[in-house]
Amino acid sequence: MAWRDSRKNRARLLFFISSIVLGIAALVAIATFGKNLKQEIDNQAASLIGADLEISSGKPLTTSAKTLIDSLIDISKSNAEEHQFASMARFAKNGGTRLVQIRALKGAYPFYGELETAPVSAASTFLDDQKILVDKTLLLQFNATVGDTVKLGDLNFQIAGSLINTPGKTAISGSVAPTIFMPLSLLEKTGLSQKGSRINYKYYFRFVDHYPVDRLVEHLDDELEKLSLRIETIANTKENTGRSFTDLTDFLGLVGFIALMLGCLGVSSSIHVYVKEKLPSVAILRCIGAYSRQTFLIYLVQIIGISIIGALLGVLLGTIIQQALPWVLQDFLPVTVGGTVSWLAITQGILIGVFMAMLFSLIPLIGVRKVSPLQTLRNQSHDRLSIFKEDPLKWLIYVSIVIFITVFSRFQLNNWYQSIIFVIGVLLAFLILYGVAILLIKVLRRYTPLSWPYVWRQGLANLYRPNNQTVTLLVAIGLGTALIASLFFIQGMLLSRIALSSSSNQPNMVLFDIQSSQKDEIAALTEQSKLPVLEEVSIVTMQLISINNYTLEDIQRDSTLGFSSHAFGGEIRATYRSKLTASEKIADGQWVGRVQTGDTAKISLDKRYAERLGVKVGDRLQFNVQGVVIPAIIGSLRTVDWNRMQTNFRVLFPLGIIDDAPQFHVIMTRVPNDRVSANFQQLVVKEFPNISVIDLGLILSVLDGILNKIGFVIKFIGAFSILTGIVVLIASIMISKYQRIQENVLLRTLGASRRQLFAITSCEYLLLGLLASITGIILALLASALLALFVFEAPFKPSVLTMLLLLFGVSGLTLLIGLFNSRSTLNQPPLAVLRKET
Amino acid sequence: MLSVKNISKVYQSGFKKLTVLNNISFEIASGETAAIVGPSGSGKTTLLGLCAGLDRYDEGSIRLHGSLLDELDEDGLAQIRNQHVGFVFQNFQLLPTLTALENVMVPMELQGALNAKKRSLELLDKVGLADRATHYASELSGGEQQRVALARAFSNNPKILFADEPTGNLDTETGQKVEQLLFNLNRDAGTTLVLVTHDLELASKTEHIIRLKGGVLV
Repeated sequence: MAWRDSRKNRARLLFFISSIVLGIAALVAIATFGKNLKQEIDNQAASLIGADLEISSGKPLTTSAKTLIDSLIDISKSNAEEHQFASMARFAKNGGTRLVQIRALKGAYPFYGELETAPVSAASTFLDDQKILVDKTLLLQFNATVGDTVKLGDLNFQIAGSLINTPGKTAISGSVAPTIFMPLSLLEKTGLSQKGSRINYKYYFRFVDHYPVDRLVEHLDDELEKLSLRIETIANTKENTGRSFTDLTDFLGLVGFIALMLGCLGVSSSIHVYVKEKLPSVAILRCIGAYSRQTFLIYLVQIIGISIIGALLGVLLGTIIQQALPWVLQDFLPVTVGGTVSWLAITQGILIGVFMAMLFSLIPLIGVRKVSPLQTLRNQSHDRLSIFKEDPLKWLIYVSIVIFITVFSRFQLNNWYQSIIFVIGVLLAFLILYGVAILLIKVLRRYTPLSWPYVWRQGLANLYRPNNQTVTLLVAIGLGTALIASLFFIQGMLLSRIALSSSSNQPNMVLFDIQSSQKDEIAALTEQSKLPVLEEVSIVTMQLISINNYTLEDIQRDSTLGFSSHAFGGEIRATYRSKLTASEKIADGQWVGRVQTGDTAKISLDKRYAERLGVKVGDRLQFNVQGVVIPAIIGSLRTVDWNRMQTNFRVLFPLGIIDDAPQFHVIMTRVPNDRVSANFQQLVVKEFPNISVIDLGLILSVLDGILNKIGFVIKFIGAFSILTGIVVLIASIMISKYQRIQENVLLRTLGASRRQLFAITSCEYLLLGLLASITGIILALLASALLALFVFEAPFKPSVLTMLLLLFGVSGLTLLIGLFNSRSTLNQPPLAVLRKET
Repeated sequence: MLSVKNISKVYQSGFKKLTVLNNISFEIASGETAAIVGPSGSGKTTLLGLCAGLDRYDEGSIRLHGSLLDELDEDGLAQIRNQHVGFVFQNFQLLPTLTALENVMVPMELQGALNAKKRSLELLDKVGLADRATHYASELSGGEQQRVALARAFSNNPKILFADEPTGNLDTETGQKVEQLLFNLNRDAGTTLVLVTHDLELASKTEHIIRLKGGVLV
């Protein structure tokens, strides 16, 4: 019966279901991509790290650390050493300078994977000579070629090759400081490894096949922690990389899921209209003895049937789209991802799609159970509406939908708290848009002034006509707009936070790695270049060795002490001064800027850092400052505004304690434009090759580029929601097409011109588009403001231009699609109205 | 007022051609009344539609209120209908989103008339529905809907009124009331009336009877 009943409606039913195709496609594409990515990370894990074991240290090796490394060298098959740090590179041909990441290498690293270079031979030959490998983007930027000269520190190097790809590195990772590989044997001669330079020391090992690396690491774990050495193995690199990309694909999956929800809303609305049209048939069936359960099943079977077809189409589309995802995400991927079909993702897509479509369709479908056979004797349609109201089963379906969405989100996010926040956010957005749509219908019905031109009134009346799709369209278009607008706002917010720092008299250039002997000279050079020295800061590196006389061992042994053991591993960069800066405020205790002779230093900690450590005012700390133990008491806790473009510190010493400790310095200045910036950088690099310069203008443009790329990825997935909105819009117009034809033909019969019909349709869709986009933008403003307040802790000033572009773009698109799909109803011959088959 | 000369209308049905009207000619002068009668499928409604400019004929010519219909484009035909023609349909054809008053106002509002509301209220009063002005079509009975349709048909002061089975969907008693109202309004306004009907008794009340059978005049 379900099959026979659908005979005249199959094309229409398929059209209803088209709304879910894109949502399922997005889910399948992302899930398949995620699985392929995980597979590739597993397969290529060795080349992500390039070795079986990597040990790194933020400071030169101590004697005991060196002994450990030597013992590992003895048991390894091969080993390599790398010193990694930021420095300036100067291109001789045009004098261009740029902050780069220098990787000074000794040994045949990588042992797995390879340095991809052009020419290919350069990857192995550069180590034997005074040659370097230079990142391909850097060569492009300075128009340099193989054979050109680049100065690093005091030494000139010849470019041996262009560095195309490094194992485990993504294209985006070298954006701020592109990589240059050089031979470690020549590092000393460059003068860049002076005391105080911030060098990361890395040691790579390759063992014989099937060597139990993990057991070795387990065995060495305590000693490595004691020596403040960090460790990476193939297994934990695989785990860490896999986890971060699972987070990414889960997030994208959630964005795709929104598209599916929008689609299901479209299906629900279409089924609502379909069921209402079917009520006379249902009443006839009931008249001739069909049980309400049987009539309900007839339509449920139809819905499940078309949902399966829709899901299959979605799966097919998703499988095609997932071939494009590696290209969309290429800058973020550390491995090459193929396009293998995932049957698991396909099965999931079909099940989720069919189940969701069925759940949403049940809302209108349960009304079929309540159709009375008496309906056959009634002509009027308005009585039918009442049967949909007040059915307790409806609430059970709503609850089921919310539970399903929550459980699905939980699987995507692996976190109940975040899932509930997500569901509340989505529900709130749905409810607000639903509320606005209902309000619009009520206001239009009640308050449309009779004095308005007829075409306006008729256009507006279409929004509350029987079988109208106002609610569905407003929610679909509004939610799509909200999604896209939020992305624009957040991107703008992040950029303006940086741009704000570059405004007015804020510093926009940082010179760091300045030795004490160079401090005065570099300040003089800055002033000679007619640039202000806005800030001069001394930095002393140190390590925490005890809290209230408890050492790392004590804290590890007794977890009830409440201190964090993580505090002991890292290098702390502290400063000393007598006064607080504008970005600091005392939250607890008292700040004394100078210590009296013989007294213990009363230091100030960043409040959040103190919370992480588990310490409070009055606690006693001990630091190792370049081999000297310095005791200190926490005298105060400060709140620090880390968003300001200035040097901020977690640990602040008063004057009189570490003033003479080995230290390096940072100077901040402000350059008026790119030309002055380039000239000054060249001057600094020429005179002081060890000093590094960060140009905020460059950072800003790099960040802009990164955010654009991230934005593109999210917009690519977000576009599924927008496209779903468009499909729902088209489907909605098609569903009410028959009614529209009838009305338009009637108006034509009564003498309405095409222009008048065009104006009526325009008025309807323009208002719908305007209201949906305005509501969507307001939702995005709310969400972005909340994010600004609680996550980014930054002021939020949305771009008016972005809002206007979205407003006109979305409204214009809605109008165009509305008019395009209604064009056939404008061209019907009027005689059709005289015939009943309309 | 209405001059029909040798018109023919052919519909394409699959690969077959179906001649619905063949070489029909007649004339109706201003203020006269005429009925088109004939069995189902004889082409009555098609002929009415062609006379009113609702569809295109294949051969012949129709002149309505001085205008040759085949010379006009769709908007030109719409303008003629809006200014000179009124319609009453068997199934009432009221716009469901508008109230009774708003339905009556539509033809005048399409013209941009200023006194649409006042005149519509007068017409609703004439058809006895002044108290139902704010009701939607779905809130009116069949007879009431047809009376609203009558008020709408006369709202633009038409020179000619086309009625397609105006009482066909109504019971006998209500049908007679609507019929009476139609003729009264028509007489008061001096409008030319062309109606399609099965009902020979109704047809006999008109001055001319055009008999159709199988698409030809008999």
